[in-house]
Amino acid sequence: MEYREQSLFFDGELTKHTVPALSYNFAQVKNQLIVTLDLRMVTKIDSAGIAFIDEMLLQLDLEPGNSLYMNEIVKTAYNTFTSVGIKQAKIVVKEDHFTRLGSAFIIFLNSIKDGISLIADISYWSFVGIFNKKGQRKGSVIQQALFIGVDALGIIALLSMILGLILALQSAAQLRQFGANIFVADLMGVSMVTEMGPILTAIILAGRSGSSIASEIATMKVTEEIDALKMMAINPIRYIVVPKFHAITICIPLLVTASTLIGIFGGLIIAVTYLELSATVFVNRIFEVLTFRDAIIGLGKSYFFAWVIVIIGSYYGFNVKGGAEGVGKVTTQAVVASIFWVIILDAINSLIFYFKI
Amino acid sequence: MKKPIISIKNLVAKYGEETILDKISMDIFPQEVTVILGGSGCGKTTLIKNILKLYNPYSGSVKIFDEEVTTMDEQEFDDILSKIGMLFQNGALLNSLSIYDNVAIPLEQHTALPKKIIDKMIKVKLDLVNLSHAVNMIPSELSGGMKKRAALARAIALDPDILICDEPSAGLDPLTSANLDELILKLKDLLNMTIVIVTHELASIHRIADRIIFLDNGKLLFSGTLEEAKQTDIVEVRTFFEVGTF
Repeated sequence: MEYREQSLFFDGELTKHTVPALSYNFAQVKNQLIVTLDLRMVTKIDSAGIAFIDEMLLQLDLEPGNSLYMNEIVKTAYNTFTSVGIKQAKIVVKEDHFTRLGSAFIIFLNSIKDGISLIADISYWSFVGIFNKKGQRKGSVIQQALFIGVDALGIIALLSMILGLILALQSAAQLRQFGANIFVADLMGVSMVTEMGPILTAIILAGRSGSSIASEIATMKVTEEIDALKMMAINPIRYIVVPKFHAITICIPLLVTASTLIGIFGGLIIAVTYLELSATVFVNRIFEVLTFRDAIIGLGKSYFFAWVIVIIGSYYGFNVKGGAEGVGKVTTQAVVASIFWVIILDAINSLIFYFKI
Repeated sequence: MKKPIISIKNLVAKYGEETILDKISMDIFPQEVTVILGGSGCGKTTLIKNILKLYNPYSGSVKIFDEEVTTMDEQEFDDILSKIGMLFQNGALLNSLSIYDNVAIPLEQHTALPKKIIDKMIKVKLDLVNLSHAVNMIPSELSGGMKKRAALARAIALDPDILICDEPSAGLDPLTSANLDELILKLKDLLNMTIVIVTHELASIHRIADRIIFLDNGKLLFSGTLEEAKQTDIVEVRTFFEVGTF
């Protein structure tokens, strides 16, 4: 590039490989008086070269009609690749804070409305589905029960055992100082039955089944499978959600019972090996301390945890927006929301049963 | 005779034990539009993906710009890839990015061009595919045809030496399809681009093809110019050009 007689002369290649250096050179001379760009000696040009010409014209405030000297190569490329005259693309206007706050509030209200409507739908169809299997795939409840229950049993058992060992070990260290070794049985019995068993199971199910429910439904929505079901006059909630609802309702008491027993067994191991209690004393003590009411509270609340996981997973799945990106987003949201609501429900349950509100 | 820009010798591709491409040998010449034809499942997409090393060939040789790519390491092959634009069958746009950002990726990754120049290039490329209005949209907000056009804008963002299109006209209306053909021819002439297209659209083939490659059950059935294809004695090829179906 050369500047002389109020003109910029270009020769050789004007391509994506040469434009970065030419842009730098142009910045050095652009404050001189330049009235024409002479491109007659250019031998090769691409869309980056044409964009560079457009940018120079813009910065020099020149019109292409009377400022450009071009050979045939440049002229043909210029006619195809010039950005001059292309209608400016729509610019995203950012809303002010009040509008965004208002929009967020309306979205929140709508989500509550949608959530209530979904709960009503799932509850209704799940109840109807007990008596009338129409609109459900044959064997779907068993298939879901295998996934939600049997496949999850291993990880729940392992974590419950570890949790039982930890809980017993941590409390044993304290109780031992007061010669109150036997109370480790009280602690293990009550905490595993009323709290740890149900909450641990619910959190694992939220991560495992909640994410799978949300991603399955979201993927079906994105790939128009939900629309296809509707077009075949099949209720998507009845077809997809109800089997999961029934399966989790069957599995949750079994999983919670397994988790509780295995957790207590973990405590028993510590009691026998570390606190030198006999297994018989430990077990007898647990039966003395535990009441039927504790078992009902533990199992009862686990049903609500399970249902909330299915409802939240379905809610986020049905409300997916976008493509693959949206599926990932709602899956994460579903897991976080499920765990959040499980803990909130647990807190409410504690308030109701222990403070007798 | 021109030297081929892509040269394939005895290419074999397999999925497990199943042979998808059986000793394919063919040449693609510079500044020509080569159309790859064949019935569903005959290995057209597999052939393209093997050329671009998206699948590793089982055996055989693939030369691009006179360099053997099957044995080339990833870094060396990246330089080759920066000179090739690919339009995938379903667009393959990055769903989390806007259309603008999708087209910007190759320009930002493979050039040192100033931002303002890149802005103008994106604007022009989107205008060429009639998507100037969709700059801020994300792929999920676009129709199938629009996605494909946006993907084409991304494929030609760097003015590649070779443009490979896997069924570019599928899902497009006839008018858009004809405009796309016009654009392909324009790019070929203006930028001396070599274009490889997988398509079944007979009208489109008549408009743009210089050379035809016909695959059948993973084997190369025919390779030659469009005129030779129309006059060949090979029944499958002849039937396609007479009836328009396989």
